[in-house]
Amino acid sequence: MTTDVAQDAARDQDLGAEWLDRVNAAFSSGRRLHIQGGGSKRFYGRPVEGEAFDTRGHRGIVSYDPTELVVTARAGTPLATLETELAAAGQMLAFEPPHAVLGATVGGTVAAGLSGPRRPWVGSVRDFVLGCRVITGEGKHLRFGGEVMKNVAGYDVSRLMAGSVGCLGLITEVSFKVLPRPRHRLDLRLEISAEDAIVRFAEWGQQPLPISAACHDGGALMLRLEGGEGSVADAHRRLGGDVVAAAFWSELNERRLPFFADPRPLWRLSLGTDRRLPALPGDQLVDWGGAQRWLKSDAPAEQIRAIASAAGGHATCLTPGITDSPFQPLPDVLMRYHRQLKARLDPKGIFNPGRMYADL
Amino acid sequence: MNILYDERIDGALTRVDQAALLAELRTGIPDLTILYRREDLKPYECDGLSAYRTTPLLVVLPERVDQVAAVLKLCHQRKVPVVARGAGTGLSGGALPLEQGVLLVMARFNRILEVNPAGRYARVQPGVRNLAISQAAAPYELYYAPDPSSQIACSIGGNVAENAGGVHCLKYGLTVHNLLKVEILTIEGERVALGADALDAPGFDLLALFTGSEGLLGVVTEVTVKLLPKPQVARVLMASFDSVDKAGRAVGDIIGAGIIPGGLEMMDKLAIQAAEDFIHAGYPVEAEAILLCELDGVESDVQEDIERVRAVLDKAGATAVSLARDEAERVKFWAGRKNAFPAVGRMSPDYYCMDGTIPRRHLPTVLQGTADLSQQYGLRVANVFHAGDGNMHPLILFDANVPGELERAEELGGKILELCVAVGGTITGEHGVGREKINQMCVQFNNDELRFFHAVKAAFDADGLLNPGKNIPTLHRCAEFGAMHVHQGKLPFPELERF
Repeated sequence: MTTDVAQDAARDQDLGAEWLDRVNAAFSSGRRLHIQGGGSKRFYGRPVEGEAFDTRGHRGIVSYDPTELVVTARAGTPLATLETELAAAGQMLAFEPPHAVLGATVGGTVAAGLSGPRRPWVGSVRDFVLGCRVITGEGKHLRFGGEVMKNVAGYDVSRLMAGSVGCLGLITEVSFKVLPRPRHRLDLRLEISAEDAIVRFAEWGQQPLPISAACHDGGALMLRLEGGEGSVADAHRRLGGDVVAAAFWSELNERRLPFFADPRPLWRLSLGTDRRLPALPGDQLVDWGGAQRWLKSDAPAEQIRAIASAAGGHATCLTPGITDSPFQPLPDVLMRYHRQLKARLDPKGIFNPGRMYADL
Repeated sequence: MNILYDERIDGALTRVDQAALLAELRTGIPDLTILYRREDLKPYECDGLSAYRTTPLLVVLPERVDQVAAVLKLCHQRKVPVVARGAGTGLSGGALPLEQGVLLVMARFNRILEVNPAGRYARVQPGVRNLAISQAAAPYELYYAPDPSSQIACSIGGNVAENAGGVHCLKYGLTVHNLLKVEILTIEGERVALGADALDAPGFDLLALFTGSEGLLGVVTEVTVKLLPKPQVARVLMASFDSVDKAGRAVGDIIGAGIIPGGLEMMDKLAIQAAEDFIHAGYPVEAEAILLCELDGVESDVQEDIERVRAVLDKAGATAVSLARDEAERVKFWAGRKNAFPAVGRMSPDYYCMDGTIPRRHLPTVLQGTADLSQQYGLRVANVFHAGDGNMHPLILFDANVPGELERAEELGGKILELCVAVGGTITGEHGVGREKINQMCVQFNNDELRFFHAVKAAFDADGLLNPGKNIPTLHRCAEFGAMHVHQGKLPFPELERF
């Protein structure tokens, strides 16, 4: 353990029993809870009316065995602490979650379900969730999934929790699959247009190349190669490009690139990977090899969403106060099943009411 | 406790008159193929778990989604249970019919609708065979990664329902990791798309929830799978060990060295001998265990990894390590492993395949426990593992013609699964619960967790008409199983620490 981690470990505590009492009290009185971790993703979703429930006290790595590729941590554990511990063993959370620097927690990372630049090549948060413990809307502390790679017993509740923004239960503990850090890495810049970049992304996607991040920042195509020394060097020879500093990807993941300083509202568009560059009303930054577009625009939500839908995807507004539904509204039938699921799992609607959609 | 549907503990089913339902289906959906004669129903009375058979009330073979929707709507109105079935290769009885239910066979939905190389996806109907997707993608140097050993026959709709795995899961994931979108019909006959053509979709991740839900939440009508570029090269190393423990530790050492092999398989002595007798793969029959380690990717990285793995294996005490010289030998090494089940089948009139997954560090404990149980029950057990991800397939050898042996084999299988749970593992890694492991679900989950599962089910199918009795046991069944199971208040395996 590094010194930082050792200091953090001194603050480890298990508040599971206390949390259960609080949720049971909320259940009895019908009081609503606004679940908060490090507060790094306040921008994500609708405002919640409810008693603040701070998850940061329930923290600590419960178990970690690098040879099993599994780590289990309490919900309030700072993401930075977990990542430091993994790095010490040469491993990582491969989905590159954002906002560790802003105090993000393990629970919030799973609840928000946000993944970083490596996502199209290795998978998202939910792909790496193996199990979780959850306090339910009826005040039961339950365990789903586990610490094994393959598990198909019962419904996959742990993956359902990923991205549910706290609306289906209070996550108390999570088990992640972790991966070894790549042996070698190279960051490249290619001076080509965004239109050409999209074409290249599609071509490269069909080849066994060690690409682990690909974006076009408006000026140039940025590429990250990760793998063995041989494959990285070989890909560099084939694809070309100038070697640049590695900091670019964390600046992108934390949205600190100059692009994000534009005062217009920020939208995230998730689109089909075979799509050309749609004409968007504003400035866009192409991420995830074309599958994710960041958009700075003050166009109406309906207009942005119509474009995203036509391109096989959806649009989320990440600037608070712009639209009453930051997440793209669902088709009626699907929304009805969302309401039914929420009603069955959180019958009194105590967890994060309205965070995802007004009537959830 | 018998696993066939028992209304007393699994829930009452609506009485339906076969002739009346048949007449209604014929009137409502005139061009639907319906089987109703006893001899026509016979071929559908079981899936891959052939020890259990039930004749369905009716079998329907729709060819269009609107027919499926109409069948579901009618069954919903009449409160008739519906069991969906794909190719029927499942090993846990997930498609075992009900006497009072309609068997909805999706096999005629066998068209590949689109292969999109630029988007790296294929859109297919649920009856398309797993291997057919990779074959259709092959001209573009792409493939569909999950490869359950039944891949020449099993269909993608069933793969989604069971969250099927295979030998490459550690590196490439299960079915759930390789899907973009699934279109389903609810029991009310409504079409819903889960997931998207994009990498994510708004709302709850119902795609993840549906994957592996064993046909209890909806019926799959279309699947969009991700395609991956074919690895440039794949090489396989075979290592022999004089103890299973050493082989098990070597697996942890390889992964601890920062290498994620494309495939990492282990076989014990009985399995090695059976495979060698059958396939002549060149396996060392005197070894206590072998590891097959496949490294795939870009040529130069694979070369580097081979050397690293070789060093790890030598250090871990392997008695011999050989690299398949060429593609022909690589295929031969794998043929022994891929045919391990039929090979074991030649040694015994019948065999029963289990599917527990454990944290790998407990492998020696579980193997020793399995050996003890094998002796106690007087039945031989051959062990085959997806060692990289801790997924064990103990094969229990028995003779169904000897009275009582099937029951003994099942009881032994159940004990092995309980041992897996006791060390922090699971009763099923990739075959599903179905009917086969319905009782062991009572060991894996407590009543509150089971109630939560029932609440999930009720959100999509409040009347419990889709595949009733599978995947999630009733609390009533668990109460009876528990009463039978816990003797004098003692849990099984009292010597083990609980996780």
